[in-house]
Amino acid sequence: MQENTAIKLCNITKRFGEVVANSNISLEVRKGEILSLLGENGSGKTTLMNILSGIYFPDEGEIFVDGKEVTIRSPHDSFELGIGMIHQHFKLVDIFTAAENIILGLPGGANLNLKAVAEEVNALTAKYGFELDPNKKIYEMSVSEKQTVEIIKMLYRGANVLILDEPTAVLTPQETKKLFSVLTNMKEDGKAVIIITHKLNEVMEISDRVAVLRKGEYVDTVNTSETSENALTEMMVGKKVSLDIARTEPKNMRTILRIQNLTCINEDGLKALDDVSFAIRTGEILGIAGIAGSGQKELLESIAGLQNPIGESSILYEPKENERVHELVGKTPMQIKELGVSLAFVPEDRLGMGLVGNMGMIGNMMLRGYRSGKGIFVETQAPTKLAKELKEKLEIATPSINTPVSKLSGGNVQKVLVGREIAMEPKVLMTAYAVRGLDINTSYAIYNILAEEKEKGVAVVYVGEDLDVLLELSDRILVLCDGKISGIVDARTTTKEEIGLLMTQIPQKEEEANGEE
Amino acid sequence: MAKNNELSGKREPLVRIVRRTDAGRIQSWGIRIAAVLVALVICAVLIYALVKMNPLEVYKAMFFGAFGTTRKLWITLRDTAMLLCIGIGLAPAFRMKFWNIGAEGQILVGGVATAVCMIYLKGLPEILLFACMLFLSSLAGAVWGLIPAWFKAHFGTNETLFTLMMNYVAISITSFCVSKWENPYGSNSVGIINPGTKEGWLPDLFGQQYLINVLMVAALVVLMYIYMERTKHGYELAVVGDSENTARYAGIDVKKVIIRTMLLSGALCGFSGFLAVSGASHTISTGTAGGRGFTAIIVAWLAKFNTFTMALIALLLVFLDKGAVEIASKFNLNDYASQIITGILLFFILGSEFFINYRLVFAHKEKHAVQAEGKEA
Repeated sequence: MQENTAIKLCNITKRFGEVVANSNISLEVRKGEILSLLGENGSGKTTLMNILSGIYFPDEGEIFVDGKEVTIRSPHDSFELGIGMIHQHFKLVDIFTAAENIILGLPGGANLNLKAVAEEVNALTAKYGFELDPNKKIYEMSVSEKQTVEIIKMLYRGANVLILDEPTAVLTPQETKKLFSVLTNMKEDGKAVIIITHKLNEVMEISDRVAVLRKGEYVDTVNTSETSENALTEMMVGKKVSLDIARTEPKNMRTILRIQNLTCINEDGLKALDDVSFAIRTGEILGIAGIAGSGQKELLESIAGLQNPIGESSILYEPKENERVHELVGKTPMQIKELGVSLAFVPEDRLGMGLVGNMGMIGNMMLRGYRSGKGIFVETQAPTKLAKELKEKLEIATPSINTPVSKLSGGNVQKVLVGREIAMEPKVLMTAYAVRGLDINTSYAIYNILAEEKEKGVAVVYVGEDLDVLLELSDRILVLCDGKISGIVDARTTTKEEIGLLMTQIPQKEEEANGEE
Repeated sequence: MAKNNELSGKREPLVRIVRRTDAGRIQSWGIRIAAVLVALVICAVLIYALVKMNPLEVYKAMFFGAFGTTRKLWITLRDTAMLLCIGIGLAPAFRMKFWNIGAEGQILVGGVATAVCMIYLKGLPEILLFACMLFLSSLAGAVWGLIPAWFKAHFGTNETLFTLMMNYVAISITSFCVSKWENPYGSNSVGIINPGTKEGWLPDLFGQQYLINVLMVAALVVLMYIYMERTKHGYELAVVGDSENTARYAGIDVKKVIIRTMLLSGALCGFSGFLAVSGASHTISTGTAGGRGFTAIIVAWLAKFNTFTMALIALLLVFLDKGAVEIASKFNLNDYASQIITGILLFFILGSEFFINYRLVFAHKEKHAVQAEGKEA
């Protein structure tokens, strides 16, 4: 048993000021196994892994590698011990080839023998079943290929323990399958693999054992074969959570936004959106799927007036039936907002776009309505009241409604944003990655808020990355691929595989025509 | 794997820096006051070591230099008002994250505009003359602020370089005016303007020459506080400063806010130039701003843009300056000796901000002991 242990953590404690991120955590990883590390946001997973990879130093506790006690003071120490971490955000040099990135930072003579490196890389890829051309430049690679480079980089350096932080968040279902088969090969080779993920179905599929953390404390490690998704959730949250989304049949559907021939150019002068046409309807949730960066951001921002669509782009807004139709292209965000279209959650960068980080909840509540005050002064009473209500209703954990929101955790930041947007009672609610980085509890709270809004007759647009959720939550799913619509499917009848295919497939001409209703 | 031995065993880093989240208002001020006390002790040791004088005597002299006589007190207040006024002008720009390091130039053009009025418009009724001076000095400063703001808003130019270069343009304009108005001829200075009639000099109030300066700036302290904390404009500029994207998302016209705020910032700096010329020196030279446009940046940032705190910091800085001058002349020290004291004090005050945000953790020590140590330094 003892020699089988790759890494053993004993009573690890780490504090940040008053906050205890890790409290007395003991954990062990065996050679030749895949261990899932499961926990809600703020449960201390990342802190623990950062301790292993030498970014933080624990306040208390011991670490054993191969049965010997070690001190990890820097990422360099961590490398030496054969621990390799693959972060969510890749750390690669774009203009270098895969092979060059792999040897970057390694000691060696003045003479670079890239050919030998390439051969070694090829040997590694063959051994574990990767697909990679060592001479391909990073900027020519897909996300999945970049991830492969990161993994091989670690293997090349002799890592025996691999830590992967949410590796599947950016992958299509097909790519995920490939990654899992590679991980299985590594496990059979005797490597220890730790995988951090939020997706329970993946935990069940890939791991041998699951370690669960909750609020900085270690709950338990269980064998995957002896547990279930519901049991794991209960361990993670500390209470039973229903993992169902109540999806009702859409009622009173009516086209409220008609997008026609929408084309946008991004900063690099490339078409981020290419001739996109579809309709957004009241009383339904339109899911939008696609690989990250396929035009989702530009699509929502165009509707909110934050982009400059070109050509014959047209976005028609029909607030009520048989009423005046408004053209949104060319309107300012302010004018569009006054019509009742609201871009609710901001992609990726909530603090950078939807909120003012340095201000408290009150200041952020004011963002939408601060103009309504009398004369030159801002009115603070209504925002204060709203802030208090939201804090109560959405259980936002903040020391006070004046605490800068940038000091809150990701989930609470999102709740502030969601709460404010819904309080505006919009007619169209557009959300982008609304649950990215949120824990299960908050995620389901937000799904249910969206479902409620749909019930109220709001047209909801949900840009998401978790296909399982998209399938469960949406009524229709629009799939974007490279700025074009590759299909609009019925969420009740489609499959994950179908969407996965559409995500990677440039559409045919006739399919595009179907996009418009 | 062979290298494992090296890493075995317990070796912790000796000192680690840990972010502090628990420093309240009282604790923060405690740390700041402690920093000043430590700085005074270190200065005392230095004074004794370098010039073998009783440090208490030196400190007493500093205090006397700033507040010792009614005249000295009023000059300290006058200079505090001037520095504070510039700080108030800079605060909205810096809160908007517009790095306006061009206050120097904005003060100078404001001062030149004031001098123009005093020289060419004398004879006008007093009220009218002051109205012209006020308006033109603020306008000149506003234009000096507008130019970099306009280019930043429309072309995304770097405002730090732009405002800095505008300073040199202002200095050249001032030089030109000084040589044009030279009086007496050959003195290379303008001399006191209207020495006999005192036309365009800010009048005495209740027999106090500088009371009016202090009152005007005190009013600005309150007004600027309200502007930044309670008005829509103030809210908008704070949003723009935090994130331009959020501002756009909220429908704020970012360009308009940048230009509007810099007009205000420049106008207030121009008004400071009016205070300097009409309310203090009654002359103009390239040294009228005297680096206060830069010192005021410290005032604004240290106070985190709270105008009332800014008043305290401006007073402290002026006090240090006056004190340094006094001990330099009284004890026949050279200028640098007194500047060392100022330097050490400022260093500790600025450094204390680090200990408000972070604390040091020493290896193998109890948490309590650690916190106490963190505070002292």
